[in-house]
Amino acid sequence: MIFETTPSQTVGPYFAIGLPFDVGPFAVPEGTPGAIHIAGTIYDGAGVPIPDFLLETWQADPDGQFADMYGYGGPSALEGFRGFARYGVEDGDGTFDILTVKPGPVPGLAGVMQAPHIDVSVFARGMLHRTVTRIYFADEAEANAHDPALARVPVERRPTLIAAPDPAVGGYRFDIRFQGPRETVFFAV
Amino acid sequence: MTEELETEARGERQIYDPIGETPTSYLREPEGAHPPLDYPGYKSTALRHPKQPLVYLPQTITEITGPQLGPVLIGENDNDLTVQHEGEPIGERIIVSGRVFDTEGKPLRGTLVEVWQANSAGRYMHRWDRWPAPLDPNFTGAGRCVTDDQGRYTFTTIRPGPYPWGNHYNAWRPAHIHFSLLGRAFAQRLVTQMYFPGDPFFPYDPIFNSVRDERARERMISRFSIHGTVPNWAQAFEWDVYLRGPGATPFEEAH
Repeated sequence: MIFETTPSQTVGPYFAIGLPFDVGPFAVPEGTPGAIHIAGTIYDGAGVPIPDFLLETWQADPDGQFADMYGYGGPSALEGFRGFARYGVEDGDGTFDILTVKPGPVPGLAGVMQAPHIDVSVFARGMLHRTVTRIYFADEAEANAHDPALARVPVERRPTLIAAPDPAVGGYRFDIRFQGPRETVFFAV
Repeated sequence: MTEELETEARGERQIYDPIGETPTSYLREPEGAHPPLDYPGYKSTALRHPKQPLVYLPQTITEITGPQLGPVLIGENDNDLTVQHEGEPIGERIIVSGRVFDTEGKPLRGTLVEVWQANSAGRYMHRWDRWPAPLDPNFTGAGRCVTDDQGRYTFTTIRPGPYPWGNHYNAWRPAHIHFSLLGRAFAQRLVTQMYFPGDPFFPYDPIFNSVRDERARERMISRFSIHGTVPNWAQAFEWDVYLRGPGATPFEEAH
């Protein structure tokens, strides 16, 4: 390291001027075969839904391919797959809703495969740095049991990272809690 | 373990890297490189920070890849905030420019830079911002651009004004422009604020001072550029941004 990084600062209350964009919440185009919604509520330390936040997600496609500029693993076979969603709200009811596809397994370190997962960043007023978590899937119990990142999380806290199938949202529900007995696990990347 | 061996040990699939610049892991930043999530001087952090310690996440392919949104998002005039309306906005016209590097000093090309800011009177074009300063119908205050081959971004805009907020006695935010950078990997994602040199509100602002190291705070302050200044047109401010660069991931736990 020759230089030091520029420090993070809060996204503040007015990011909606610049950051959200029309198709932001869509990691895949509407009508994509196998598309699912992932929806949930973000709660603050008092258990109150956070009305202003920016949530971003990043993931592989069902074959484990990423849509990044260097083409890791080759291009996605899914037409229009972006793998990235951005959901920003300035005075909502604490809920988010993105459209995506369930990711496939991707390699971890030392050849150990990871369970299907989605990386998540949350930004908000009152957060001086982003917070990072991961979404795993309840119907991947076998893969989750061998996932190297979940293995680092105390057993009793792992359920906070598991999205449950929920027909009401057309996919999976994933709530995020910043404090309290069911505080979501956040990661240092 | 050398970096090469470590990469091999990861069992990663063959990487297609046309310009040979793709790190396989990013440096773990030292404590204090960024502000703490729990910072009592900034009251809104109280209910919006995790109480439990962060869990160390080994960087995998998910963290060392990232979205490239430039082509999706960039439109004409997106990097000139002074021509987005019928008339010209009021205020000091400025050119804000700089380069995006990683901590090895390599420029990041083709990466998305997004900005948003208050107008010259210190008011945001946002329905939540209701303090009695005038809105400017000719200024929205949002811009986007993609860095060029040297990693350079450039915006033409209006110098934002400072504005009051309710955090503490006579609290005013130092004038700033919000910056959002995607980098090229999830691990490099950064949202920050660019400040202007010599701002009198620096000593009183908990957001600026949440970065505890003085030298690190200075990295958020732009500098006036006499050479970038365009005669009879616009003042210039230069500000370079440094995102995490490549580095071997240590095997011990973070704390």
